[in-house]
Amino acid sequence: MLDLLGEFVAELRAAGIPVSTTEHLDAARALVAIDLLDRPVMKAALAATMVKDEAHYPVFDTAFEIYFAMIDAAATDADGELDALEEASREQGRADGQRGRGRSQGRGGGASGDVSAEELAAMLVRALLERDEALLADVARQAVNRYAGLEPGRPVGGTYYLYRTLRNLDLDRLQRMLEQAAAGQGPVAPGSLTERLARDEAAARVELVKRAVEAEIRRRLVEDRGAAALARSVRKPLPEDIDVMHATRDELAQLNRALVPLSRKMAVRLARKRRKGHRGSLDLRRTVRHSMSTGGVPITPVFKPPRPAKPEIFVIADVSGSVASFARFTLLLVHAISSQFRKVRSFVFVDGLDEATRFFENQSDPAVAVNRINTEADVVWVDGHSDYGRALTLFHERFAQDVSRRTSVLVLGDARNNYHAPEAWVLADLRARARAVYWLNPEPRSYWDSGDSIVSAYAPYCNDVVECRTLRQLEHFVGALA
Amino acid sequence: MTPHDQVTDPLGLDHVRAPRFDSPDEVGAALAANRYLADASIASAVFLADRLIKPVLVEGPAGTGKTQLAKTVAEALGARLIRLQCYEGLDESKALYEWNYRKQLLRIQAGQSGEDAHVDWHELEGDIFSSEFLLTRPLLEAISATEPVVLLVDEVDRVEVETEALLLEILSEYQVSIPELGTVTATQLPMVFLTSNNTRELSEALKRRCLYLHIGYPDVERERAIVLSRVPGVTSALATRIAEVVRTLRGLDLRKAPSVSETLDWARTLVILGRSELGEQDVAETLHVLLKYQSDIDKATKELLGKPA
Repeated sequence: MLDLLGEFVAELRAAGIPVSTTEHLDAARALVAIDLLDRPVMKAALAATMVKDEAHYPVFDTAFEIYFAMIDAAATDADGELDALEEASREQGRADGQRGRGRSQGRGGGASGDVSAEELAAMLVRALLERDEALLADVARQAVNRYAGLEPGRPVGGTYYLYRTLRNLDLDRLQRMLEQAAAGQGPVAPGSLTERLARDEAAARVELVKRAVEAEIRRRLVEDRGAAALARSVRKPLPEDIDVMHATRDELAQLNRALVPLSRKMAVRLARKRRKGHRGSLDLRRTVRHSMSTGGVPITPVFKPPRPAKPEIFVIADVSGSVASFARFTLLLVHAISSQFRKVRSFVFVDGLDEATRFFENQSDPAVAVNRINTEADVVWVDGHSDYGRALTLFHERFAQDVSRRTSVLVLGDARNNYHAPEAWVLADLRARARAVYWLNPEPRSYWDSGDSIVSAYAPYCNDVVECRTLRQLEHFVGALA
Repeated sequence: MTPHDQVTDPLGLDHVRAPRFDSPDEVGAALAANRYLADASIASAVFLADRLIKPVLVEGPAGTGKTQLAKTVAEALGARLIRLQCYEGLDESKALYEWNYRKQLLRIQAGQSGEDAHVDWHELEGDIFSSEFLLTRPLLEAISATEPVVLLVDEVDRVEVETEALLLEILSEYQVSIPELGTVTATQLPMVFLTSNNTRELSEALKRRCLYLHIGYPDVERERAIVLSRVPGVTSALATRIAEVVRTLRGLDLRKAPSVSETLDWARTLVILGRSELGEQDVAETLHVLLKYQSDIDKATKELLGKPA
């Protein structure tokens, strides 16, 4: 068990979750204290001792399911033996199936043959309606036998097997059947509350099927290739380490969720830093008032609250396809903490340029504003390919006079200029007017200046050019800025 | 060496206290008896906190029962709850102990006037730095209590990082050093809960010393059970409906998702209005109990009832 825990900890560390030696020890102690066959308790114990951030739970979940999938199987097998004789035959069938799979190319042993597709579908509906978890697990097992077509030894994470199994189970039809069951008898008006609730209830149960099948496939893959190998294939980055430019849709959703707490945290931290940074002058009146309680001896001096100047931010963002999601997150973050700045103005461009500040005014939710930018801002001039040179010239023409000593200018983009003229003199001029000019590049540093990227043409005129691929890097930069 | 011995040996606590709970299930049952429905992760965390003698750091959205957990554990154990409410600017004089300057000053002045005008300085010093002039604050109180206590450090994320360090000695060693008096060691081991709303990242040192528990929104079945156990007079059908509507609302992209405490408020509202079923009209009229932003209410009305507000 300790070896297994050691491997598990190594996997967590490899996935980016910081697990200290003390925490590892705590986990070992926790395992001594609990009943190892109670899987939810065991999972909770490992999470409580080693994972100290909610955002890390998904990664932990996956790793746990992989490393401790075998234990689950062992536990159910043990239960099966203890159970009545009728269970025994099913166990036998499953064991046959597994042996068969090990031997042949996984076309399914005899076990999958004993239930027809219709029976399987009916069993699935029954399992869901009666909330019978054992039956659901059984159905998942049969379905995987039948449809997934597992091929031993392939270094895959199982996504395709999952897709193949779920497609054959026809979840859309299942969803409709469950909806009807949940809504009860009688006609249901479309758009009514009852219909909506039934839909969500059905969706929640269909989700259970997906999870059961996923667990089953994972178990098979672990049997096939071992936990460590599978963990490596399915390892996903933590939300703060996701590469914004190449994020999948799921990852983007994760980023969106991570952004709200992040911006709240940053606002609190910045406000605190500002208040604490340096104290104001002595508040004589309140000091004297305080000294009354100590017999006129001024033991605690009281200071006036400090009022340091807040910086002003101009964001100039490339919103063309390749870097759009990066621009989106940066704009969201900067506007979400805009109370920490004196003023935030944002400008978006592709090969034209438009001021986007107006979308954020009187709009409590920055996400809505960003969506409006995408549809309403006037940023395309000719062909919709980024032209940094033209955009910068336009900015200079229209807004350069507003840039003052208090302004920090942020340029967001990959500096892939499609071989147009760089017009770097604009940045030189802005640098002379502004407090600072920063360039945030969402591309990895090794790609800079390759192809049509002209980072080095602009770099001499910036205070700093920062690689900004992940939320972690973005947070770090914005934190230092305010 | 068990975790228990590791903590008690340096403190010189030789009598070994029996563990408070035998299994996570027992924790769950004890909490349920006090009308707090814990899931496996909550019960396990409390169980392990007792076995490993570690504080529990509880995080999660507002209104999911973080503070309530500590209160209920205290109730279930028959222990006294000592609560330290954290806020920005909290320092050791408010959290740990403070010398009662005024009383000390009075004592000195009383010594100067009157008949025994020239008291020996050493005697006076020993006198004014005795426990009579010490104001105990929650942390010291929890350590020095002789009866069983549960210590709740509420919203620990509001204090500065430096103040957090103050907690570390107490949380791991169960002792407090007071320069003038010496070290106060615990005579019993309090259960400690820290709650955080995650407005800032807590220090690694603090997190490492704690067990971590995230209390999120409950699933439909648990929420329904919570409503049934905490709201008198609610029918089973109504509770199911309430839990389902709340789940749907949490699935929408709202600015502020309804919390469990808001669900309970809503259930109470519906009971007071004498509802035993939940119709569309009722939802439309009482949605403002659940949702606190007009934009959220508009969105929810549109999604749930299929019409603009």
